Amino acid sequence: MSSIRLSSVLVLFLLLAFLSACEEKTESTAVSAPAPQTDVNVPAYGDAIVDGSIGDASTMLPALASDSSSRDIIGLVFNGLVKYDQDLNLVGDLAESWDISPDGLAITFHLRRGVKWHDGRPFTAQDVMFTYELMIDPKTPTAYAEDFKQVDKAEVIDDFTFRVTYPRAFAPALASWGFSIMPAHLLKGQDVTTTPLSRRPVGTGPYIFKEWQTGQKIVLEDNPEYFEGRPYISRYVYRIIPDLATMFLELKSGGIDRMVLTPIQYERQTHDQEFNKNFKKYRYLAFAYTYLGFNLLDPKFKDQRVRQAIAYALNKEEIIEGVLLGLGRPANGPYKPGHWAYNEKVKPYPYDPDQAKQLLAQAGWRDTDRDGFLDREGRPFEFTIITNQGNKQREMTALIIQQRLEQVGIKVKVRTIEWAAFLKEFIDKKNFEACILGWTIPMDPDLFDVWHSSKTRPGELNFVSYKNEEVDRLIDQGRYTFDQDKRKEAYRRIQELLHEDVPYVFLYVPDALPVVAARFHGIKPAPAGISYNFIKWYVPEPLQKYRLTP
Amino acid sequence: MLGYIAKRLILMLPLLIGITLVSFVVIHLAPGKPTDLATMMNPKASLEAKQRLEELYGLDKPLHIQYWNWLKRLAVLDFGRSFAPDRELVLTKIGRRLPITILINVLSMALIFLAAIPIGIYSATHQNSLFDRGTTVFVFLGFATPTFWLALLLMILFGVNLGWLPISGLKSLQYEQLSSLARFWDRTAHLILPVLLSAFGGLAGMSRYMRSNMLEVVRQDYITTARAKGLSERTVIYKHALRNALMPVITILGLSVPNLIGGSVIFESIFAIPGMGQLFYASVMSRDYPTVMGGLVIGAVLTLGGNLLADVGYALADPRIREARP
Repeated sequence: MSSIRLSSVLVLFLLLAFLSACEEKTESTAVSAPAPQTDVNVPAYGDAIVDGSIGDASTMLPALASDSSSRDIIGLVFNGLVKYDQDLNLVGDLAESWDISPDGLAITFHLRRGVKWHDGRPFTAQDVMFTYELMIDPKTPTAYAEDFKQVDKAEVIDDFTFRVTYPRAFAPALASWGFSIMPAHLLKGQDVTTTPLSRRPVGTGPYIFKEWQTGQKIVLEDNPEYFEGRPYISRYVYRIIPDLATMFLELKSGGIDRMVLTPIQYERQTHDQEFNKNFKKYRYLAFAYTYLGFNLLDPKFKDQRVRQAIAYALNKEEIIEGVLLGLGRPANGPYKPGHWAYNEKVKPYPYDPDQAKQLLAQAGWRDTDRDGFLDREGRPFEFTIITNQGNKQREMTALIIQQRLEQVGIKVKVRTIEWAAFLKEFIDKKNFEACILGWTIPMDPDLFDVWHSSKTRPGELNFVSYKNEEVDRLIDQGRYTFDQDKRKEAYRRIQELLHEDVPYVFLYVPDALPVVAARFHGIKPAPAGISYNFIKWYVPEPLQKYRLTP
Repeated sequence: MLGYIAKRLILMLPLLIGITLVSFVVIHLAPGKPTDLATMMNPKASLEAKQRLEELYGLDKPLHIQYWNWLKRLAVLDFGRSFAPDRELVLTKIGRRLPITILINVLSMALIFLAAIPIGIYSATHQNSLFDRGTTVFVFLGFATPTFWLALLLMILFGVNLGWLPISGLKSLQYEQLSSLARFWDRTAHLILPVLLSAFGGLAGMSRYMRSNMLEVVRQDYITTARAKGLSERTVIYKHALRNALMPVITILGLSVPNLIGGSVIFESIFAIPGMGQLFYASVMSRDYPTVMGGLVIGAVLTLGGNLLADVGYALADPRIREARP
């Protein structure tokens, strides 16, 4: 009785909600009729781009941010002294140019003049000095102090000249000054952990912070006085959508303009005409690789022939086909093809199970009890591959590896473990046999942290315990000189040695698969990706979607 | 009655301390510290940097000292600062997400009651009819279907194909430019799918419960007496039977209080709703102890309070229980 009346009220309510929601939609996204004879290739200011992200930023203070979402925003609001251009060469950002002293110990940066912080104050060398002092301050809870602690002496020569001196010539030093410079006049004397600047940043970058609705969106507006020129896109909205399936639906319905696709979405769900009319897909090699790492302290993996055999037993193309649907390239070293340190002469191990069996037999592994699996001294060849839970690609890779190794007589178990426990109990304590993990490939080719034999303490990154004196020597040679040719020589030789020693089986470099709404022009794929010239992307006047009140 | 309530309230305090102690120990049993996750697998973070961070957060002290420090601050309602890089006050973080979670849960619960009670009554009074069997299938479908799958299907239908409803989030991008009335509709439109789906899953339990309660009550002697007295069927069912059948519902209401602050992280992720589910899950994964403890304390208080409410409510509603107490 009364419940029927109540339900009909509810239905009416909902109907009204539908109707008004419809109305509002058409009104606010209306695009005015195209102006006649407007060249679609003429850059125009205006419109907004809505980017989708699975995670929210946590802080906008460069010193404190360690997650990629925070860095996405920081990258648009702040500048470093140097940055990478489309061909991955270091060029000046806030520094117009720099000189390296003949002995390689001092770098003198000549800073740009006329750069203003978003609050109007001028940028000077004091800001660089402040950033340096903040980073080395023990009270600053940052994970990125290491590079700055290498500095012997930092000096402000004048308002636009800043010099750092190192105890020895240190090549990665230059790249380390790509770190965002923070405003001295706003942060001096403040407690970095409680400053309001971590939620309302002030930088020198192309976009000015406007608002942050935690968990929902971050809005940035263009900086009309940006020193490289005003960005064409007037507004940048960062929408937080934790689920990739939902994000894809938002993309299709126009709720977001840009996201990174998974291989399945790229290959199987985006081929229809409608989609390709409204969106453009891009594809370039990502700055990461996935690998199978051996615990070199384990007696099973001590013999180089065993590791090489496993490399021969795996079919990398098959893994790429199965896990990435073909959207990637085999990896055969710690660098990606196209990088200046990449050694193209090092050829990956081909898929050759017979060669694998031979090498294993040479190392003493034979199937003496005829159970299909190899054994030695009465013990079968079996081990467990661990990887972190939640990464579907690594799990699938492990399963493919398991199957291929079974074919050469090695029994493999696969285990996924929650991330924190994985790091703490297994990797740190070297309590594992083999693992599948990945690294991001840094722009600077220095390999110290991962491959030097001194980095094997618990918590450090050479957790496979790789010790090769020649590699150690070459790593030092590569990092303590600014001479690019000498560095290249060292790194090329290291790749040859890693290829022989097989501390990892390098598996694949996946493709990055960004997709952007078709109305955005000016996107030029390059080795650095597509975002390097973001401030030059534009939407031609007749295609603009978001008309924004100034 | 009042003495009973007072006794319960006093007992809550040691219970609460016990709950926090167990929670504290258990969450610290999980391997890994919050500082580990910020610095591990990071070539730029040295071991020294990690140690420095640990000291800054007080993580190097022994466990019972950490607990005692936390408890002392809790006594003045200081929940401390989160270990996440934003270092916000725990109360700020929770306070930001609590309202939307409570709103969705309240709306969902209201919808469940509004739908389940009539369904239960009608199914009981028309047992084994087409309606009864049909709704049984329907509610069990709702119970069995994975919500995230159904959510995506409905998003495709209503969001992408028909364009009637927004797909995710709480507000449109143009929210700020809308009039007040339009803003209200905007928010409502965003909540339709989440609330409906959330209710759809919970409908089965409530309606079945209502149905079996009604069935039991309707077979009681006093109902036969009421009918024998010549009262209309309407009065018998809706005035006499319903009241008795609704009593256990009070208990359910009381016990549902702690659920008000809980959110499903899967559900919230699908709908991009910044709620308590996501916060709690992310905090556990990153070992953000202050936030986890904050959430657990609020949950414990609500559980104990809800239990008390349920007991008192039941005693108030059912004279038999009231009389029986000495």
